[in-house]
Amino acid sequence: MLPRDPGQTNLAGMSHDHHHDHDNDLDPMAARVRALETILTEKGLIDPAAIDAIVETYETKVGPRNGARVVAKAWADADYADWLRRDATAAIASLGFSGRQGEHMQAVFNTPDTHNLVVCTLCSCYPWSVLGLPPVWYKAPPYRSRAVIDPRGVLEEFGLTLPPDTKIRVWDSTAELRYLVVPMRPEGTEGWDETRLAELVSRDSMIGTALARQAEAA
Amino acid sequence: MSQPEIVAGHPIEPDTPAFAEPWQAQAFALVIALAEGGKFSWNEWAAALSQQVHRRDAAEDGSDYYHHWMRALETLLVEKGMASPSAIEDMTAAWQRAAHATPHGKPIELANDPGL
Repeated sequence: MLPRDPGQTNLAGMSHDHHHDHDNDLDPMAARVRALETILTEKGLIDPAAIDAIVETYETKVGPRNGARVVAKAWADADYADWLRRDATAAIASLGFSGRQGEHMQAVFNTPDTHNLVVCTLCSCYPWSVLGLPPVWYKAPPYRSRAVIDPRGVLEEFGLTLPPDTKIRVWDSTAELRYLVVPMRPEGTEGWDETRLAELVSRDSMIGTALARQAEAA
Repeated sequence: MSQPEIVAGHPIEPDTPAFAEPWQAQAFALVIALAEGGKFSWNEWAAALSQQVHRRDAAEDGSDYYHHWMRALETLLVEKGMASPSAIEDMTAAWQRAAHATPHGKPIELANDPGL
């Protein structure tokens, strides 16, 4: 929850650096956001309660464990994997993870020949419903520009060196279409249930900057 | 689970949380609420944000991302006639005056603005 209750307001963007005994400072950006919220609320364009609910959802309920469940199910259930390949939006929604923006999802499957990597060169489009909010590096200019130009070099910076004959496909997300990488299922996981499999699926493996964890590491 | 950076108890590579400060979460939520309410489309939003993050002075480490986010939001609100630049400046100043007039430890409320 965004701290807003009396007694918690010191967390809400106030600076402690230079206050006097009896007044408060509101950080300029915090004041600006409050100003927009006030204006939009007064005009009836937003509901402040909805704002709190959205923050709570993204801070506590949405995260890469959603995507890990999707990937684990695809590993364990061939029919589901097939559905995910054909209609990722519906297959993912069937697990209760729907995009708030009505965006379409496409699942891209890693194979021994091809590794997939997701970027948004436009801004920071990201499959929020399955991965939560993007990490800082995903939104930063170096990744956004270099993932397309030199994907192999970028992956090496993430500590992932692929065999030279593995092709790398880069998927550029848009506001309407977002990608989820389905990493390859690690060896030695035969017979594992989905819960156990999901523990091998890291956020980065679903962006494509990492592989799934190895069975012994779990 | 409390942090998006942790999957099933396994820490992934160190990373900063989604929101470095509470105002960023609030700015994020404003955009979601407006888009869900049909006040602008996701394409319009992506275009507005893209324009900001491609500025030449954008930080290489992405640390100013939510500053871009706010500028994109303000630009879109002005374009759509939902807020004027002067109204935004005036209301921001009112919140800052309210903060100064609020005793430390008490919640800051706009009604505390002595300029009202």
